[in-house]
Amino acid sequence: MSKFNPKGGKKEVPAITTASLPDIMFMLLFFFMVSTTLRESELKIKNPNLPFATEITKLEKKSLVCYIFVGSPRKEYTATLGTESRIQLDDNFATVSDIRGYIAGEWEKRDEVDRQKMTVSLKADEKTKMGIITEIKTELRKAEALKINYSARKRLVEIRNN
Amino acid sequence: MARKKRKFPQIASASLADIAFLLIIFFIVSTTMDVDTGIYRLLPQWVDNVEAPKINKRNTFVVLINKNNDLQINGEFAQISDIKDRLKEFILNPQDNPNLSEKKEEVIEGIGPFRRSQGIVSLQNDRGTDYGAYMLVQNELVRGINELRDEYAAQRFGMKMNKLNEAQQEAVKKAFPTAISEAEPQEIK
Repeated sequence: MSKFNPKGGKKEVPAITTASLPDIMFMLLFFFMVSTTLRESELKIKNPNLPFATEITKLEKKSLVCYIFVGSPRKEYTATLGTESRIQLDDNFATVSDIRGYIAGEWEKRDEVDRQKMTVSLKADEKTKMGIITEIKTELRKAEALKINYSARKRLVEIRNN
Repeated sequence: MARKKRKFPQIASASLADIAFLLIIFFIVSTTMDVDTGIYRLLPQWVDNVEAPKINKRNTFVVLINKNNDLQINGEFAQISDIKDRLKEFILNPQDNPNLSEKKEEVIEGIGPFRRSQGIVSLQNDRGTDYGAYMLVQNELVRGINELRDEYAAQRFGMKMNKLNEAQQEAVKKAFPTAISEAEPQEIK
């Protein structure tokens, strides 16, 4: 640390220490690990184009949510199923009549305390016809899964007359 | 060579960063950051073949969407952007217009006596209506009600809805309930 330099030679610039690099990386790592939600099920329908809305709320507890996907099947399945809108529950295509069983299964999986808070998130493509949506809603009502969240994307601008 | 005390070699930590990097890349790739958002709605309980309750015509605000996604409010064609203001006018009815919703005095906890509107929104759609169009209308209806609540909260408590405490929020929600009834879809010309 002394200013006196006995060798009198050129001062070398010390190498930047990389010892803290792993720490930085680990910090980033933890951030991503915490914020990650691994995709649970593989989508067999085309990724739904969710409708836009302004009055939306966040779904708080993901463990209390079960999903119903509605949309046209992916390319691999169009040969057998056509392009008509289909329902997907978990990993499989389903019909409206399967919903009650699915809800009952999801209901079983959760603690008694959480059951009342269970929410159904309906992820439907905006091009879906209301016929199928209404059938789903009727089934949900019969299955007593009354909390529903119409999944939508945030729209920032207000709509005007078109 | 003199015999030295053998030092245990230090574990090289240079590659630690690389390992961490690899893990990071894995997590970045597998992350889906999208937060799930949407419009919350409580479906009505299922009751087997019950007769629809008779509601005075002035107390209904009928929004109709047909399969071409055209919109009607109380039988007249309308634009999506009209819904919100028409709904607010219908619920508030400041001049007690006999064609708009009727108001009854009720006692609401936290507010006291309040002339609550008896109006109900009836949202009707065709089986062929697009879900996107339906959601646009839903959104406008919710927006109208949220604005009514915000305005009332500002007037009564001097704050917006989201700044109020829970009991006050509940009271305001009671004063302006989300009264939207969704009929079974029908063939609409």
